[in-house]
Amino acid sequence: MATVKFDNASRTYPGNDTPSVDRLTIDIADGEFLVLVGPSGCGKSTALRMLAGLEEVNVGDIWIGDRNVTDMSPKDRDVAMVFQNYALYPHMSVADNMGFALKIAGINKAEIAKRVADAAKILDLQDYLERKPKALSGGQRQRVAMGRAIVRNPQVFLMDEPLSNLDAKLRVQTRTQIASLQRRLGVTMVYVTHDQIEAMTMGDRVAVLKDGLLQQCDTPRRMYDHPDNVFVAGFIGSPAMNLFDVPVVDGGVKFGSIVHPIERSLLTGVGKEVTLGVRPEDLVIKMEGDGLPVTVEVVEELGADAYIYGSTTETAGKIKPIIVRVDGRTPPAKGTVVHLSPKGDHVHLFNNETGLRIG
Amino acid sequence: MALEITAARPDPALLDLPWSVPLEQWPEANLAALPRGLSRHVVRFVKLPGQVIAVKEINPHLAVREYNMLRLLQKIGQPCVQPFGVVNGRLGDDGEELDACLLTRHLRFSLPYRALFSQSLRPDSAQRLIDALAVLLVRLHLAGFWWGDVSLSNTLFRRDAGAYAAYLVDAETGEIHTKLSVGQREHDVDIARVNIAGELMDLAAGGLLAKAADPIRVSESIVDRYRSLWRELTGSERFGVGCRWRVDDRIRRLNELGFDVDELTISTDFGGATIQIQPKVVDAGHHSRRLMRLTGLDVEENQARRLLNDLDSFRASQDRQNDDESMVAHDWLTQIYEPVTRTVPRDLTKKLEPAEVFHEVLEHRWYMSEAAGQDIPIKEVIADYLKNVLPGKPDEAAVLGVDTMAMRLPDFSKQESPGR
Ligand SMILES: Nc1ncnc2c1ncn2[C@@H]1O[C@H](COP(=O)(O)OP(=O)(O)OP(=O)(O)O)[C@@H](O)[C@H]1O
Ligand SMILES: Nc1ncnc2c1ncn2[C@@H]1O[C@H](COP(=O)(O)OP(=O)(O)OP(=O)(O)O)[C@@H](O)[C@H]1O
Ligand SMILES: [Mg+2]
Ligand SMILES: [Mg+2]
Repeated sequence: MATVKFDNASRTYPGNDTPSVDRLTIDIADGEFLVLVGPSGCGKSTALRMLAGLEEVNVGDIWIGDRNVTDMSPKDRDVAMVFQNYALYPHMSVADNMGFALKIAGINKAEIAKRVADAAKILDLQDYLERKPKALSGGQRQRVAMGRAIVRNPQVFLMDEPLSNLDAKLRVQTRTQIASLQRRLGVTMVYVTHDQIEAMTMGDRVAVLKDGLLQQCDTPRRMYDHPDNVFVAGFIGSPAMNLFDVPVVDGGVKFGSIVHPIERSLLTGVGKEVTLGVRPEDLVIKMEGDGLPVTVEVVEELGADAYIYGSTTETAGKIKPIIVRVDGRTPPAKGTVVHLSPKGDHVHLFNNETGLRIG
Repeated sequence: MALEITAARPDPALLDLPWSVPLEQWPEANLAALPRGLSRHVVRFVKLPGQVIAVKEINPHLAVREYNMLRLLQKIGQPCVQPFGVVNGRLGDDGEELDACLLTRHLRFSLPYRALFSQSLRPDSAQRLIDALAVLLVRLHLAGFWWGDVSLSNTLFRRDAGAYAAYLVDAETGEIHTKLSVGQREHDVDIARVNIAGELMDLAAGGLLAKAADPIRVSESIVDRYRSLWRELTGSERFGVGCRWRVDDRIRRLNELGFDVDELTISTDFGGATIQIQPKVVDAGHHSRRLMRLTGLDVEENQARRLLNDLDSFRASQDRQNDDESMVAHDWLTQIYEPVTRTVPRDLTKKLEPAEVFHEVLEHRWYMSEAAGQDIPIKEVIADYLKNVLPGKPDEAAVLGVDTMAMRLPDFSKQESPGR
């Protein structure tokens, strides 16, 4: 087990002008489950491959524990890329399928047997060790393949979109399996996905990347409640946070016909407008009265909750789509105009030029 | 969703295949019982008029990706199976969606390692197979291809004048880069080593491994072979200005390994006392390209080397060193090569490829001549070879047209069930 540190690490592919990973700095704790997430092309796979030793680091360093591994070959780094294409060998027992790579590494029989037994316990495969893979279920076979990585006792597990080829149901199931396995092993894990829901449900912390730059690295809770910039605000959460530019006025910001109060000190030095973000569940809805008028266009009923999709023209003259979560028992009808105001202090403000969070 | 067949040259006969049935349940009548390597997907060989194709049932996204990857590899001249098409939008008879199918042409005369290692393997053959895989891996790496799943199962072997030529069969995990990093290459080599050991240990566990092969030793040799070949092909060397012959020497060494040098950088140091050279672009197929240019024959690299040697001795024996090379090559083709390969009776043509037959006949001539203590005329050699050697060899082309029922393994579970 070990800590992992990206220290100002950059990777520029030959022929590219800009780095695909740009001065990345993250400290990952021993035993932590860190998820790298971001849209396609943001550099998350590149970052993982730099850690695995598959991509050269042009600038900066990578540390595993107290070893600077920047120039080490992949197999000396003590990391395991799990869920690679692991074949199962039909004539070999489950135990041998899990342990044969240790034999090549010259590890003695007793030690191999012990590690295989330990891994089998964690994977719930104790009763199958002498069987042939043919006599296992699909899920058990998958666990044997994981066992092959586990018995190596790597310091760090790496996974790159391991679930992307599974169907939705199996995906949720395997997601849980991986997360619980990681907790039981207590091993450090770096996991890459483009799916923010996957990131938020699996990670101890989530690192959001965009254009090779780290946007924020925080716990899922903190990331959700306190996005550092507009990009993270819009990327994390489903449905996404409502974001619109609003005028700054005396005592706060204008939200339709009301003024949402904001501490004066926060608004000094910002321009005439700021970007206001409010999550669908953080809007109070009134049939009439003050607030931001929104025409309901679609109502999506989900049982306990409903989402209403509407739009407003009150935001600087542009039509802005808005999503609101409401009580599923009394959703407003399609076509009605409702009035929205933010719930308490659940608004996020961003500088509309830099995109950075205010306050 | 309707059935959708993507192929460069679609064969209408594809439409007649039972796409609404999971591949595992396809009727024997459609299948060709050829040997296969290990795989996680269901793979079957299917008979079409005049050819056999390999069908792999796989997630649609992966099928398209692998198809495109194989096409790319093909385009840049890498040895791999030929992509044939992708079948998408399959619906089962119960309306359930089925996975897509990736179609590749069956590589004729290819031998999966399971067949090779479990035959009575000569002690040096295991090494030759590994050498062939090392050459393949180096070639792919030079082209910027990271394989990600290097294994014997994912490689096909063809005989090549006593050695082997390796082909990539499974490109599922592959990636194309402008240039591979040392880490990427080392990772592939490590994957190869572990997979080869696993595959050979598996054969050993099944009692199928020839005594000659020790899984760990054989698997470790891929690392050495790969590295020394890589070094020879890409390494730089430095020598004094007086040793310019070493430039030619390097090029000759690369040619001997079967590579052409398309670009070589030469630089001198500040004082001009030493020269440094480094091959920048090397291209496999030195001998096979030359033979192709001279004779139009398309054969493996070592076969080409063998044939070119024979062409050279033909030229010398006829004292035609000063004649135009391609004229001599034409005469050699019509007077020597074709008479040998054409004498093979039709029913024996599925045993070995023509170029391999020619190679074996040359070998046989040597044995016969040595035994007799004098040169034996080629006609006699051929007759003896066709009578005593070739018929005893297994068919290695493919079982095209052969009734597969005869080859089916008894399925005991099915035979027993009616009685229960
Ligand atoms: N071998 C390469 N050569 C040149 N550019 C590359 C190479 N690999 C990736 N890139 C570029 O680097 C950037 C980051 O790529 P990377 O694969 O890390 O993104 P990603 O976030 O994992 O994307 P995805 O989710 O699509 O896999 C992209 O712009 C990509 O085009
Ligand atoms: N075009 C072909 N010609 C000859 N043999 C083939 C061809 N395509 C596939 N095979 C055989 O089928 C086997 C399985 O194919 P392949 O490796 O593509 O399947 P896979 O399920 O992707 O394997 P893996 O488990 O390695 O991912 C190969 O080992 C090879 O023996
Ligand atoms: Mg395969
Ligand atoms: Mg595969």
